[in-house]
Amino acid sequence: MAAGTKSVRWIEEPKVGLFERMYLPAIAQGLATTVRHIFNPQVRTEGYPEEEPRLPPNYRGVHRLNRDEQGRVRCVACYMCATACPAHCIDIVAAAAPPEWKDREKYPETFVIDELRCIYCGMCEEACPVDAIELTTLYDLTGLSREEMIFDKEKLLSVFDYTVKTGTDPVRTCAGHYGPAAEPAK
Amino acid sequence: MTDFDRTYTILLIVIVFAVIMGTVTYLTLAERKVSAWVQDRLGPNRVGPGGLLQPIVDGIKFFFKEDIIPKHVDRVFYFIAPGVGVATALLAFSIVPFGPSKPPPGPTPVTADRPVEIAVEQHRVDMEAYRSERTFAIAPGLDIGILFAFALGSLVVYGIILGGWSSNSKYSLLGSLRSSAQIISYEIPLGMSVLGVFLFVGSVNLEKILDYQVHHGWFVLYQPLAFLLFMVSVFAECNRLPFDLPEAEQELVGGFHTEYGSMKLGLMLMVDYIHMITTSFFMAILFFGGWHFPGLTDIGGTGGLVLKFVILALKVFVFLMLYLLVRWTIPRFKFDQLMGLAWQVMIPLAMINLLCVMAVKEFGLSPWMLTATSVITFVAAAVIATRERSTVVSRPVREPVEA
Repeated sequence: MAAGTKSVRWIEEPKVGLFERMYLPAIAQGLATTVRHIFNPQVRTEGYPEEEPRLPPNYRGVHRLNRDEQGRVRCVACYMCATACPAHCIDIVAAAAPPEWKDREKYPETFVIDELRCIYCGMCEEACPVDAIELTTLYDLTGLSREEMIFDKEKLLSVFDYTVKTGTDPVRTCAGHYGPAAEPAK
Repeated sequence: MTDFDRTYTILLIVIVFAVIMGTVTYLTLAERKVSAWVQDRLGPNRVGPGGLLQPIVDGIKFFFKEDIIPKHVDRVFYFIAPGVGVATALLAFSIVPFGPSKPPPGPTPVTADRPVEIAVEQHRVDMEAYRSERTFAIAPGLDIGILFAFALGSLVVYGIILGGWSSNSKYSLLGSLRSSAQIISYEIPLGMSVLGVFLFVGSVNLEKILDYQVHHGWFVLYQPLAFLLFMVSVFAECNRLPFDLPEAEQELVGGFHTEYGSMKLGLMLMVDYIHMITTSFFMAILFFGGWHFPGLTDIGGTGGLVLKFVILALKVFVFLMLYLLVRWTIPRFKFDQLMGLAWQVMIPLAMINLLCVMAVKEFGLSPWMLTATSVITFVAAAVIATRERSTVVSRPVREPVEA
């Protein structure tokens, strides 16, 4: 469809008068702009290694496995995250919960995330009924080998400890409100 | 032309070479820093405090990089080209009085009461006195003076042409062709703009031009138009923006030095910066009185000497900064605009300016007349350009066709 007259906005060609034709005043104006930037710099550069970026709390970085008030892993090994995961990077082996854990039947014996396969979409976080898995704002995820980048349960729990200690808690999916499975048994 | 004290001259050459190279090195840093500040960036800040050691590291990198020579190049000229460029650029500095200077004595005229023998003797005494003075130029009192610099300035294009042609690559060749056309075109307004100065002084010797300004005031006051033309021409001669078509990165990869690497590339890049320093000196000396500053000329002793050095250095610094700032102010010309500016604007203006100088000299008018004529010529050119343009531009069809 050709553009109609109404959708086309005609812009007047700026008139070049004597002032502009003399060039020098225009160049002086341009130089003034240039010099103004030198003496009034608006540098937005982040000096990265010395200066850490302040990421928004909903940033999707390294995963963590949350602990509950008693320091136990909050996960109930329901496999919802592993099912939701489009990259199939979560591997859980469930086991019967120890008898003294009255609030649940199962717990994850192993909980492994391949951080190299993960696409950091945050679907596991959304799927989790007990807010056990979360993506943190840690972004500088590096390693020297593939094995190193496969995070097991201990490593994921230590990420939780680290983020709690440094106060970089992510935004919780339920904003502090856990699902029914996470409520203590009555 | 005077004899040289060999030791002193060699010492001077070494010092001047070292200072120029040091300035070039730090000019690259200044260029990067200034461009960063202008664009609200930080610029190089990793090596040394505030990035101060960056150019040294760059130099080391240039020296230790693998020297890749493409198979298709003409090896002889490929190797000669950077050397020709740097050598000619450096040679132009040999006539620059970079410190306080005394003009060499002119010819002693033979008159009725001064026969030949006495005149010759008088001249010999004058020359003796001149030679005993400490001069701060490698080749002091050179009578062809600035013409030597212009001659070398046109030789610099050989470095570029040789480099571009021997590289055997289309981008290099295009860059060097543009460069030759540009430098040859801008040499004409360059020479014509300073002719007015020569007419006033009656000499092309730089020390004499300087001395004239010490006594009669800076030439920029009398001939602002000539200064403007000179400045624009040297910007073009240095291949600086807005005239950097020979190395237009967006079109020609790297221009004439596309096929160069390691220190040969470093030399090629250095030519521009050496040129910037030399031409800044010329602008300061020809039009801004060199080491002269009103009220500060008569201070003698070591303090006065240092002061004069500082004044000249400051003037040169201002021009160098102008080079850097203009780069980020004016966008590059198209090639037809570049040629149009030289042939249709600057050469006629230089010619009119020269005619005005001739008229002023012929009829013994006040030199301030020239300031007026400069301004009038400039504004008149703008008026003509305004009228010209309004007839040329064809308006586009206003109404789009309805579908």
